[in-house]
Amino acid sequence: MSELDPADVFRQEANELIETLEQALLDLEKRPDDRELVGLAFRALHTLKGSGAMFGFTAVSEFIHEFETAFDRVRKGEAAADRRLIAAALEARDHVAHLIEDPDCDPKRGEAILAALKVAVSGEAAPAATSAPNAPAAGIDATSQAQPAGAGWHVRFRLPADALTLGTNPLLLLDELRGLGPCEVVALAGEVPTLDRIEPQQCYLAWDVTLRADVAKDAVDDVFLFVRDDMELSIEPLAADAADVPGAPAALPAMAESPKPAAPAPAAEPQTAQRPAAKAAAGGTERGAGAKVERNATLRVPAERLDELMDRVGELVIAQARLSQLAETIHDASLINVAEEIERLTASLRDTTMGTRMVPIGSLFGRFRRLVHDLSEDLGKPISFVTEGEDTELDKTVIEQLADPLVHLIRNSVDHGLENPDRRAEAGKPATGTLRLSASHRGAEVAIAVSDDGAGLNAERIRRRAEEAGLLAAGQAISEGELNRMIFQPGFSTAAQVTALSGRGVGMDVVKKTIDGLRGSIDVDTLPGKGTTVTLRLPLTLAIIDGLLVRVGDDRYTIPLAAVEECLELPTGVDKDARGRSFLNLRGELVPFLKLRGLFQTEGEPDPYQKVVVVSSDSMRVGLVVDQIIGNNQTVIKQLSRLHSGLKTFSGATILGDGTVALILDVMHLVGFGQKLEERRRAETLGRAA
Amino acid sequence: MGKTILMVDDSASVRQMVGMTLKQAGYTVVEACDGREALQKATASRVDAVITDLNMPGMDGLSFIRQYRATPASNGVPIVFLTTESDEGLKAQAKQAGATGWMVKPFKPDQLLAVMRKVAGA
Repeated sequence: MSELDPADVFRQEANELIETLEQALLDLEKRPDDRELVGLAFRALHTLKGSGAMFGFTAVSEFIHEFETAFDRVRKGEAAADRRLIAAALEARDHVAHLIEDPDCDPKRGEAILAALKVAVSGEAAPAATSAPNAPAAGIDATSQAQPAGAGWHVRFRLPADALTLGTNPLLLLDELRGLGPCEVVALAGEVPTLDRIEPQQCYLAWDVTLRADVAKDAVDDVFLFVRDDMELSIEPLAADAADVPGAPAALPAMAESPKPAAPAPAAEPQTAQRPAAKAAAGGTERGAGAKVERNATLRVPAERLDELMDRVGELVIAQARLSQLAETIHDASLINVAEEIERLTASLRDTTMGTRMVPIGSLFGRFRRLVHDLSEDLGKPISFVTEGEDTELDKTVIEQLADPLVHLIRNSVDHGLENPDRRAEAGKPATGTLRLSASHRGAEVAIAVSDDGAGLNAERIRRRAEEAGLLAAGQAISEGELNRMIFQPGFSTAAQVTALSGRGVGMDVVKKTIDGLRGSIDVDTLPGKGTTVTLRLPLTLAIIDGLLVRVGDDRYTIPLAAVEECLELPTGVDKDARGRSFLNLRGELVPFLKLRGLFQTEGEPDPYQKVVVVSSDSMRVGLVVDQIIGNNQTVIKQLSRLHSGLKTFSGATILGDGTVALILDVMHLVGFGQKLEERRRAETLGRAA
Repeated sequence: MGKTILMVDDSASVRQMVGMTLKQAGYTVVEACDGREALQKATASRVDAVITDLNMPGMDGLSFIRQYRATPASNGVPIVFLTTESDEGLKAQAKQAGATGWMVKPFKPDQLLAVMRKVAGA
């Protein structure tokens, strides 16, 4: 039916309606007091009018409107449905049918019929009751006089309390305002009650919108068409000078509070974090000597004092976790309030403190200028050295440890990557090679890339070397990324000759070791003939990380969240191996898993349903079987004492909210351990096969 | 996935016209021919908006709006009612019953879409 011509559907429907109308009128003649019949007739007329107009039968709809107006008197009981009236109405009904067949017929006839009908209902014409049938539909109302518009409008509104429940979406209103022109929107949150009194379905916010667009007031008004009746709304022209003051309070008595700016974001960005320190320093100078105040004053602080401060903050985070836990158990509202306040303060203190330890990486980049210059001289390769993102900040300790790996990477790029000028000329490249060192933030990580426009890695040669060195079985399938990462294996070098600079196979494995130690990762991208990019990705800080807390027996352990790939339940029947290691089929891939209970020689009954946390390092994975996964937590990393520093399985310890200690698992080591099992399994299978 | 809109009207032609316009704009349309059917469809599965006529046989638009608003399924669902005249009294009654907005018949497809964007979003 929906494929038919709409006009046909209308005609068909109209015929049914006209029939209904006729039946009702005829019945009405016999039972003039039957209200039901009057209603039926009226409804038929009403529908005819509505759909008629919509399908372009304007004449029908206009005629019926008059018909309806007249008949309305009958419905209201002001006129009796006598014989004369029914006759006139039936004539009108015939005319409707006629109009539908031939919309362009002579209007005179219709007028005569209507006049007769009007006389029939009382003799009085009722044009006064005529409400324009063609009144514009809602939302597009533009008939009221347009007001001159200035620079824009300052709109303030608060929705009625039940607006959300009744389907009004303030976001859509704001979007519609934005559709009119650029808007500055400030939410007024002053009326939001406390959590215990809040009604989840009620809208407590009011909005303050500065619309900078030359639109008519009616256009703004129309946005609020449906909610206008019960809402608080003020639309005021934006004075030309006030246009520069966003959110200048328009002093509405009902909404007297001035717009609050958004709460300052916690000083997560290192750049903002440094500012308070600078300010404090400036203040100090002012008070101390009374000498000139320097704008960008900085303060030199011994590094270990900052380390000490970070330690203290770590302790504070732990103490705060205990307080929060205590408040939860005691369940005292005022205590919870204080605990939450302290939690917020601690979090911002932690971020600020971490910020003060941040150092721009530019200090490190500077050192390499000389290195590249010397290398260029020694090797007779002209090099243009480009650095980017010098102001990217990183934890001081991370930066210190980055110097060596970067030296190795740069040497490698210059020596192996960039070609001789002659070779470059052959390849159609400019004689001067480009070496690019860049740093940028990527989420909670910093990416440092060393890229050259040299020859790129030679995949074939890498494979050959890897096979020679026994790192790879002959013909073993391996992904490009894995193959590229082979260059970071100890003793690996593809340089045909050992030069003064590189080729001994020492160096790149140092890079890997250091980056692993910093819990970072290395990516190698290479395009033969175009160049190579080595990207180091490092966590922003080493002091506090996000961890996943798990339980094994009665003890708890933390796994760095960045290394966790997924958590699942250990399928029953795979844990036959009594020696505490086995394999798990993970979507078709065999992943070795370690039962931490076996590894740590945990006593007592294991939980019936064991969980597996799959962790990865360097695209190798291993599952760690635990009793329970507790959840995320802020892990303040504490170094293990000298006595325990030989432990390979743990990289540190942290203190939990209840005061107990959780050891932090060294994922890299565990993955390596798991991979050894994997290799042994392969060897065993091979041995058995032989 | 487009928003689902329940269209309630006893006139098949209006249902068709509205349905076609909304479908072309990417909405999913569910149709009902009176208040009773509408109530059953609106409570059986979640809809994102309702367009309803007021004058219908069986259960009329006002009773439908009242009964629908009495169910939790209607929470936050905008209801637009259709009316032939801009009768303030009727508008007030419908708003009282829990309607969100209204449209005056006849309307053009553009106007319908403008109102739907206003109450339900694109």
